[in-house]
Amino acid sequence: MSDITSKIAVRPSLGALANPTRFLNLVRILLPWLWVVTIALFIAGLWLSFAAPEDYQQGRTVRIMFIHVPSVWVAMFAYMVMVSSALGVLVWRHPLADVAARAAAPLGAAFTFLGLITGSIWGKPMWGTWWVWDARLTSFLVLLIIYLGLIALWRAIEEPAAAARPAAVFILIGAINVPIIKFSVDWWNTLHQPASVFRADGPTLSPEFLWPLMVMALAYSMLFLTLHLMTMRNEILRRRIRSLQITTARRAERGQVE
Amino acid sequence: MHLVVTDLSAIRGGEVIFSGLSFRINEGEALIITGHNGSGKSTLLRVIAGLLTPATGEVCLNGKPEGASPDFDDRKFYEHCHYLGHENAMKPALSVEENLRFWRAMDDEPHLEIPEALEMVGLPALAHVPFGHLSTGQKRRISIARLLVSWRPVWLLDEPTAGLDTGSERQFAELMKIHLEDGGIILAATHIPLGLKNTQSLVMNTATMVDETQ
Amino acid sequence: MIALFLRDVRLSWRAGGGALTGVMFFLAVVMVVPFGVGPDLNLLARIGPAMLWLGALLASLLGLDRLFQADREDGSLDILLMNGTPMAAIVFIKCAAHWVTTGLPLVIAAPLFGLFMNMPPLAIAATMATLVAGTPAITFVGAVGAAVTVALPRGGLLLAILVLPWTIPVLIFGVSAAYGAVEDPAPFTEPFIVLVAISLFFAVIGSLGAGAVLRHSDH
Repeated sequence: MSDITSKIAVRPSLGALANPTRFLNLVRILLPWLWVVTIALFIAGLWLSFAAPEDYQQGRTVRIMFIHVPSVWVAMFAYMVMVSSALGVLVWRHPLADVAARAAAPLGAAFTFLGLITGSIWGKPMWGTWWVWDARLTSFLVLLIIYLGLIALWRAIEEPAAAARPAAVFILIGAINVPIIKFSVDWWNTLHQPASVFRADGPTLSPEFLWPLMVMALAYSMLFLTLHLMTMRNEILRRRIRSLQITTARRAERGQVE
Repeated sequence: MHLVVTDLSAIRGGEVIFSGLSFRINEGEALIITGHNGSGKSTLLRVIAGLLTPATGEVCLNGKPEGASPDFDDRKFYEHCHYLGHENAMKPALSVEENLRFWRAMDDEPHLEIPEALEMVGLPALAHVPFGHLSTGQKRRISIARLLVSWRPVWLLDEPTAGLDTGSERQFAELMKIHLEDGGIILAATHIPLGLKNTQSLVMNTATMVDETQ
Repeated sequence: MIALFLRDVRLSWRAGGGALTGVMFFLAVVMVVPFGVGPDLNLLARIGPAMLWLGALLASLLGLDRLFQADREDGSLDILLMNGTPMAAIVFIKCAAHWVTTGLPLVIAAPLFGLFMNMPPLAIAATMATLVAGTPAITFVGAVGAAVTVALPRGGLLLAILVLPWTIPVLIFGVSAAYGAVEDPAPFTEPFIVLVAISLFFAVIGSLGAGAVLRHSDH
């Protein structure tokens, strides 16, 4: 019996993490370390990127890949975070799930925007145009619109609890777009090059490009994780301020009666 | 300063709401308007507020109120009025203080400071709370505080105590008394006995004037 | 009056405000064009300025129905009408705040959408300039429509129908000035000056008209 109790006390379960206060404490401890790791990874990644040889076809512009591809991956990863959070809202009604979804949206939008911008800058010297309406680019632009639509939806509904479920349903419907982005290069004849890293037959990218790309991808993912925890913290604090304001109003009422 | 209404009538949707209404209210006096629902209390107040056009008659303010600006005579009557309608004229997304500060800046004759006004309506702690988070009674009291943050000699009050509990009603009656003592004029459509001296009453059902000046 | 401007700007950025929606609608309109006409880059570059203008026009009309409606619903409009300030001035300030929060973001987003339409830099710059000069006209003429439909429950669509004829000259001169900058024989300066004149004209007429409508509608 005592054995079980001590186990619970030592290892906080997922349920315990659901407690926003405990979550805030955890974030406070983790954040400095996460920043150290993120910055270290970025230094390493950028150094490797510039140390990588020039491509025989693309020349120096190939280095844009090291900031473009990770942005795109993280933009899609952020959406997957939102999808799992949406399931958390709808299925498990987890108290932090809606906070996680809401906090991921502006970050996802920012990384999507970064992916579009870096892609444009890469496309100009390679394709001779900033933008083409091919399946990959268009479906990725749709991702940006979905993110912005979600942000607008959350902003339009003042009560956070009331916005959680409609937003979760919208997130799940929007998830259809993610596989479309991934496989658009295979399904349609696009100007955008096909996948060269995550393929069934292994990466076709040569190791001198693959290594910096992987380190940069890790750096981007850590950056997303760090920022996501920070925005979640802000969102929790924002909701606390809101409920404190409501309590203040109620308490003022009671004071009047007495 | 006194308020004179002569031969005022209003027609809404082809129907005569009231007609031939004349009365005079002096400085420091209140007019309590009563009558059943739909008897035209709100219409009368909105006509006096300049929000509806009267079919006949006119409303005018004679004499210069104390502390009025030199261009007093050029101003329209309703510019000397505070109007408290059924709605509170506040934005739910803005804080109580932001709302009051806005109205204080728009009406160019500042009166009480915002903390003072909130103290007067008994809600000093709510300055930073968004208006939308308040209860119905609190919202009403904040819009009463709007009457205090800028000076208007005439108060036009349409069911001012709607949503207020008895304690707040008493408090509001006290504020009205202070306004009358400061030389203001009040026209209020209400069924609540406000315990004010110097009141006349107007029963809208028959549209006749009953003088109860003491 | 600065207080009114600041209040309206602040409200549009607070929760429930619609500052973001206009730009997103603009983006959505620009995005469906290639699906409608096909992704031919040369064609898109040619129709680009016109499409940006159409998108900006529709996005500008979108939020206009709330210009006075929100103030009417919560009773603020009554208090504003009783204010000593002329109603035309209040309408002007509200329109200015509305343009800064919805029109200006459209102008800022326009170059980005210009890239989607494969427009050359000069065409993008010219379109942006015409949007700066022309979109205030849409806001001001829309204010009259917003004042007329203020008491209607679904006034948004009616407003667009009422206002659309008045926006046609704005569209004509806006688009022709934008094309004038890129296509050689066509002039830029003349239509641009006319566009500015239309905006100034509507700023006066729209403010006075909407002010008069609000003052005399016995709502």
